[in-house]
Amino acid sequence: MTFPEIIAQLPYGKPFLFVDTLQEISDDHIVGSYTFKKDEYFYKGHFTGRPVTPGVILTECMAQIGVVCLGIRLIDGLSAQSKIALVSSEVDFQLPVLPGETVWVHSEKEYFRFGKLKCKVKMLNENDELICRGTISGMLKK
Amino acid sequence: MTQDEIYDQLRNIIKIYLPEDVSEENITPESHLVKELNINSSHLVDIVLDVEDAFDIEIKDTELEAMDTVSSAVEIIQNKINQ
Repeated sequence: MTFPEIIAQLPYGKPFLFVDTLQEISDDHIVGSYTFKKDEYFYKGHFTGRPVTPGVILTECMAQIGVVCLGIRLIDGLSAQSKIALVSSEVDFQLPVLPGETVWVHSEKEYFRFGKLKCKVKMLNENDELICRGTISGMLKK
Repeated sequence: MTQDEIYDQLRNIIKIYLPEDVSEENITPESHLVKELNINSSHLVDIVLDVEDAFDIEIKDTELEAMDTVSSAVEIIQNKINQ
């Protein structure tokens, strides 16, 4: 599958799609990026008067690129009946992400068995500094 | 390997993945892993992967569904070991 084909398969839409482009993919890893627009809806309240990207959104961005996009490749596309779910995440945060910043997500597959995809994922900023890293798992139910 | 030995080893694997509100004493041969021990689908996969390593066997996707209770899991493991 091509990068645009994978992104077109993502079951997310605005304002909850956090994947712009993919740069690398294999059966074992993926690299993709997203630019947090200055007018993302959550900046209105996180925090009031001092916009910072919420950690849950960074986790979501890592899951969408690092687990869901990789998973779509591994199963060669989601079917209409496929249901996906986040089942586990453990993430440590190092740096904040401000409005307008671009982040790169690097993910490595630990395993994909019985419909569960477990990955080691990290997020880097434009200066190649570590924003956050952790382990995220998702499950596919047919 | 006897059925009891398999059961003991399986019990040790299962207890790692029990939710906080389920204690080790709740594990019996009749226990249903999902409905009674409240193990979610994600941890069920973790248990099966640990079982594969511990007993040096391979469980197929289709066999996962049959591992619903502790005793049915023991039976499947024993059949695999004897293959």
